[in-house]
Amino acid sequence: MIGLSHYLILAAILFTISVVGIFLNRKNIIILLMSIELMLLAVNINFIAFSHYLNDIAGQIFVFFILTVAAAESAIGLAIIVLIFRNTRSINVDDLNRLNG
Amino acid sequence: MIEFKDFVFFVLSLVLIASGLSVITSRNPVTAALSLVLAFFNAAGIWLLLQAEFLAIALVLVYVGAVMVLFLFVVMMLDINLDKLREGFWDYLPMAGFIGILMMVEMVMVFKTKQFNLPPLSETLPNASNTELIGNTLYSDYVLPFELASVVLLIAIVSAIALTLRDRKDSKKTNPADQIAVKRKDRVRLVQMKSEEKYVKPKAKERT
Repeated sequence: MIGLSHYLILAAILFTISVVGIFLNRKNIIILLMSIELMLLAVNINFIAFSHYLNDIAGQIFVFFILTVAAAESAIGLAIIVLIFRNTRSINVDDLNRLNG
Repeated sequence: MIEFKDFVFFVLSLVLIASGLSVITSRNPVTAALSLVLAFFNAAGIWLLLQAEFLAIALVLVYVGAVMVLFLFVVMMLDINLDKLREGFWDYLPMAGFIGILMMVEMVMVFKTKQFNLPPLSETLPNASNTELIGNTLYSDYVLPFELASVVLLIAIVSAIALTLRDRKDSKKTNPADQIAVKRKDRVRLVQMKSEEKYVKPKAKERT
């Protein structure tokens, strides 16, 4: 039978995958943003699983707000990526060292 | 014999994990974005199993419908040198794999303890619709955070547009302040010449 721990372990695996993704794709800024989205998804699965098993709707309200903030974050992040590409003609994180004096 | 619901859970989680792995390892960012769409879709299925119908549909609408389309737009609009971005991709794999496995084992150990071992619930949530429940709570207890969320979205719209806004170079737009500030000597120049002689144009730099 599927219990709460199954959902939590699934979210833990997903979170770990996205952490490893941030380690591996440290040059490609778009995949970094995608890994962050995946991380937020794992956290949301945790919230909804707890909301279901503890019979409390507040968890789903939290997921609602996380979705809002994540959508805003990815929109601004992509706008910044477009701006970076316009100025440096690349999205390599290594090229973003203009502020190092 | 496993129940059908459990079978669905395992299928959805397997596809979710596989698509997550595909997101972080795929060579082409377009493939990664499409894998992320698959991951979000499977997560929506898992949320449906958890009786969070409103959020499952919202996830499909907002993420698959809007955010991932935005990602695809940006990925396809930029001309990316893929080989440069893949340089040294596997360099940190031993370190990353070690940290990842360590994190996962620790979290699984925590989740296997007794307090997380809640029994599966069948009919615990009240029979009311999930959307109604969320609406009742959102517009009563959480009405202030809800308004703040709308402000966050407004700021996101304004800043995303302001960041990427660029004037056209051939724009015929005029500046009213400059027009008002114009003096007579800026535009009109009186020259003295005899009517029958040919006018010799002064050099450009002598003009005011």
